Parts: sequence; structure tokens; C-alpha cells
Amino acid sequence: MDLFEYQGKQYFSRFGIAVSPGGVADTVEEAVAVAERVGYPVVVKAQVKVGGRGKAGGVKLANDIDEVRLHAGNILGLDIKGHVVHRLWIERSSDIAKEYYASFTLDRPNKTHLGMLSAQGGVEIEVVAEENPDAIAFLSIDPVRGLDIETARRWVAEAELDEVAREQTAELLVKLYDCYTTGDCDLAEINPLILTPDDKVHALDAKVTLDENASFRHPEWEEFRATETEDPREKMAKEKGLNYIGLDGTVGIIANGAGLAMSTLDVVNQVGGAAANFLDIGGGANADVMASALEVINSDPKVKVIFVNIFGGITRVDEVAKGVLEALGRVTISSPIVLRLDGTNAVEGRAILAPHLNEKLITEPTMLDAARRAVAFANA
Amino acid sequence: MSIFVDENTKVIVQGLTGGQGRFHGLRNRDYGTKIVAGVTPGKGGTDVEGIPVFNTVQEAVEATGATASFVSVPPKFAAGAIIEAAEGGITFIVCITEGIPAHDEAVVFNRLVEEFPGVRLLGPNCPGIISPGKCNIGITSGDIALAGGPVGIVSRSGTLTYQALHELSQQGIGQTTCVGIGGDPVPGTNFIDCLAAFEADPETKAVMMIGEIGGSEEERAAEWIKLNMTKPVVSYIAGVTAPAGRKMGHAGAIISGSKGTAQAKMDALAEAGVHVCLNPTEAGQKMVEIVKAL
Repeated sequence: MDLFEYQGKQYFSRFGIAVSPGGVADTVEEAVAVAERVGYPVVVKAQVKVGGRGKAGGVKLANDIDEVRLHAGNILGLDIKGHVVHRLWIERSSDIAKEYYASFTLDRPNKTHLGMLSAQGGVEIEVVAEENPDAIAFLSIDPVRGLDIETARRWVAEAELDEVAREQTAELLVKLYDCYTTGDCDLAEINPLILTPDDKVHALDAKVTLDENASFRHPEWEEFRATETEDPREKMAKEKGLNYIGLDGTVGIIANGAGLAMSTLDVVNQVGGAAANFLDIGGGANADVMASALEVINSDPKVKVIFVNIFGGITRVDEVAKGVLEALGRVTISSPIVLRLDGTNAVEGRAILAPHLNEKLITEPTMLDAARRAVAFANA
Repeated sequence: MSIFVDENTKVIVQGLTGGQGRFHGLRNRDYGTKIVAGVTPGKGGTDVEGIPVFNTVQEAVEATGATASFVSVPPKFAAGAIIEAAEGGITFIVCITEGIPAHDEAVVFNRLVEEFPGVRLLGPNCPGIISPGKCNIGITSGDIALAGGPVGIVSRSGTLTYQALHELSQQGIGQTTCVGIGGDPVPGTNFIDCLAAFEADPETKAVMMIGEIGGSEEERAAEWIKLNMTKPVVSYIAGVTAPAGRKMGHAGAIISGSKGTAQAKMDALAEAGVHVCLNPTEAGQKMVEIVKAL
């Protein structure tokens, strides 16, 4: 789960990481109230989960109440790369002497944590990595041992941060690592981490991705989840325990298992179609889950045909077949359904469907045959 | 021969008294696997259809001489269960649990490497391992596998593993061992571990490798194959059409920026001399061709 900047900053604050004083605002009047409270000049920042806000006009400096009104009014409702701005973060403007970069993430190949620190912040780290890789000090951290202050001190020296910033940054990095680990982040990134002319170091931005697998030990994440602007179908699917991702094509996909679902998307593409979604009904799905899956896909107006691709393992194909019939009895499925059923209890499953097959409910013997049939419907 | 397990492997089930553990543990026993004990804290002294249950792994190991464990416990207890298995003397741990926090996985992986160098973890979030006719630990349906070899299978995905077994078995081609390494970001066992074991196994004559988007394990495997593998390898990578930045069901299946794409993995494998196929059926057919020509 990606956090908005303001949520990332609130999360950082809980771990003692310094951020600029500020507040959220959903209206121009709220923006004015925050600005009056924190003091001018302020920065008015669009809260969207997409990069390039500044260039799109989503970040503006305001020196007085009129400028806050003007900018807040312009930015609220602004469309930034398809993300409409509904919320602002207003914070006290900072004078900047230097911009650094700091982040922690999982180093998958080495199965350790990876810290990245650079004296060249404020620009995309991918660009720095490409153009001037020596400007990034990489630190591999053993997840068992963690990051201690001594190591952090050596690290800030290696990154050649300004002398005056080093001790403060080392302390901040230990806190950020604590936020990353005990806070169960997939990514904790500060860009820029700034040094002010009066020699203070603090986080001017916050990019945080939380590991949703750790939700069970973070009841406080509920507030973040509440602001997730999900696709309505993704939300409906999640409520029913389905793993759904909306895409742009016309072939609705239902499969069991993430790998098979991905593979189904690929095969549909190979035979000239495009998937409308990724949908994994998971292992051991019963008739009710299958019926819910069909309902979710059926609610997507883009869908012209539904391709059900099941390889029974824990999932029993006879249950899937019952689910299809149940769904057909419960709602009107407007699109034709093409099924490929194999694996555990496939014979029983096909037998259940046999009396109901017609020109809009079809079975095919293999995944490729079924994909071709589905795509033929979609392109008809 | 088989890799990692054989007909003599004695297995305990951590979580045998839970719904999933009971269902799959008993299915594994019915298949012929030597399931010798279960472990559930507080339920020691009871039994599940004749399988004795102990309070701790150590007690179960002392009583039965088990060397392998099947871990089927909820995510919040999984890290502890894996470490308990290693401390109790288990050397091969299969963890099927889905949804373990990435930080727990990273700590467990490194603790095993540092404190228990002789222990192998398979998973988490994997379907397990089956050596047809000998041993089945995990959730794979035994009847889709065919004993006798000569193909070894290693896969990041559960259902695609079943699909691969099915494609081969239907053509009368057996498997030595089929290993599901799982779809999480920090797998205990990786492609290279399995490829090396198959390369060393005299009965395995060819290997099918099924990967998916995310991470760089397939690229690393390609490098290893190029330098070390003498046996033919057929591969299929799922997720060619997956959008960037979205987790495709598995926690590890995500394209980050331009990294982890299916195309990059397929290119690396093709460069290493692997037969790269575009869908599971094609991969099955290619393997049939290769085995018939052996």
C-alpha cells in the first residue's frame, strides 16, 4: 500500500524523524486555516500518488493568505496524470542549503536490506544511478543485525555529506531504518532530505510503501486504508476475497492461482486479444467464490466475453462448475462464457455443466483453444 | 533419484491439527509420504488419525527421527515455526504459508544462513515438493504426477506447476522431482539451488523451469545455466502482459520501474541456451520433443 506524502510524513513523525510543520486541507478555507497556523511562507502541495507533481503545477509557494487561496483553489481538482487532487498538504516553507537522498528497501537478490544515501538529492535517484553512480553510497544491511549508529556514521562520511549534517543525518538514518523495519515498509524514501542554512536536517518529502502482509500487527494502518482511492471493482473484489486488478482490454479473465492468471493474460494476448482484468480466485475456491468472481467481471462494461481458466489442485473443478451455474441463476451474465476446466474433479465438473452448454456457455479442451474462442467473441 | 527428499524422508507437520495442515498432511500420508508426527503447542499427547501430536518440534524429532517438516501455520506464527524447526534438528523445511511479512522472511532467511547452515527452507508461499511415487510434502495433487523421471521441474507458481506436471504426465513423461519455490520476495530455496541439484542427479535428464515477473532470480539462473548446466532446460515465464507497479497476486510478482519484466528474463534465458516457450502448453510440447530425442 502506497501512502500519500502527508501520511508518509505522519508515519515518519511517529519514529521521531523531523518533518516540516504542516497540515492537510480538503478545501480552500481549510488550506488558509493551516497556513495561518504554521506561518508564512507556506508550500501548497497536491496529494496524489504519482510523481511529477511540481511540473504539473501541483506544488506552489504562497507568501500570504491571498496566494494560499489562489493556489489551493487552482490545485484542488487538478488532474495530474489521471489522478485528480482531492487533498492538499500545506507546510511551512523551508530554506534549503543542500538536498540529499536517503532510502531503505529490500535487496531481493542478496536477501538483505539495501540503504541508499546520496549528497545529490532532489532529483530522481534512478537518474543519479544512471549518470553518476559513484554519487550514491550503498549499504547492505543484515536484517538480523540491523543498523547501528556507528555504521550510520561511517555511511554518512562515505556518502560525503556536509560535515555539519553528518551526525544529525546518522541519527535520522537509524530512525528511518527503525521506521522501515518495525514499521513494516517495503520502501521508506526521503527525497529530498534537506540541510537548512541554520544547519538543521529534516525530511522535505516522504515516500512510503507498506507491506500489506504485515497488516495483522498494524491496526493503525486502518486510517491509511480508508483513503485508498480504489477502482470500485477492485474494492468489490477485495471485499469478496478475490485478487483483482483492472486492465484495459475486453476479455474478462477468471483463473485459479496467480501464475495461471498471469499466464492466461499472456495467452489471450498471444492469440490477438487483450485482457480486461487479472483475477485470481485463489486456492480452494468454492461455488460461492466463483459466483462472486463472475459478478465482479460482469459489472465491467468493457467486457465482451469471460474466459474461465481453471486447473484444479486444491480448487475442485466440480465446485467451480456449480459456482458458474449459481451465478447464472443469481444474475444475468450478458457476456458469453468460455471455460477450460482441468485437474481435480474435472470430469465431474464438466458433467455438471454439460446439460447447460449453449452458444453462450462453452467449454474447450485446452487453454489455447479456449483463449482463441474467447478472443473470437471479443473481436466479433 | 530425486532431489531434497526421497522414499525414506520422515516428515513432521507443524500445524497438523489446523484445517489446512490436517487436510494436506493426511493427503500427503495417503500418497505414501512418511508423515511421522504433528506439532501443535498445547496439543501434545493427542493424535490425528493415528499420527502422534507433540508440543514441540524437538520432542517430535527425538521421538521419531524426522528430518523434514511441513509448516502449515498462519502468517503471524510462520517465522517462529520455521526457526523452531531448525532449532529442533529439522534439516529440510517446507513452508506453504502465504502472507508472511517480507521483513519476517528476510530475518528468517538470514538467521538460517548464519545459525543453521545445514538447513534448507523451501518457500514460504510455495506448493511444496513432490518426488512422484516416493514423497509428497505440500499441496500438490499427487495424481497429476508420474513417477520414473526423467524430467525435473522447478517453478515459482503453484497452478503453473500443476499445469506442467499435467502436460508431461499426459504424454507419459515422468518426473524425478517437482519443486515449487514459491512466489514471495525472499524464497528460502531459489532456482539455482534446484538447477544445481538436478544437474547433479543422474536420473534427471532435462529440466523445466517456470518463472514469473519480479526480482532477478531468473536472470541469475540464466547466468548459472550458461556456465554450469549440461542438461537441456525448457522455460516459460508468466506475466509478459502484466502492467508495471502492480503486484500480480504473488507478493514477489511485481515489475518495479523497468526491472523484473518477463521479456528481460526470457532474453537472458534464451541467451543462456534455454528453450524459451511462450505458454505452458508450448513448454510441455517442447519438453516432450526433447525427452523423445534423448
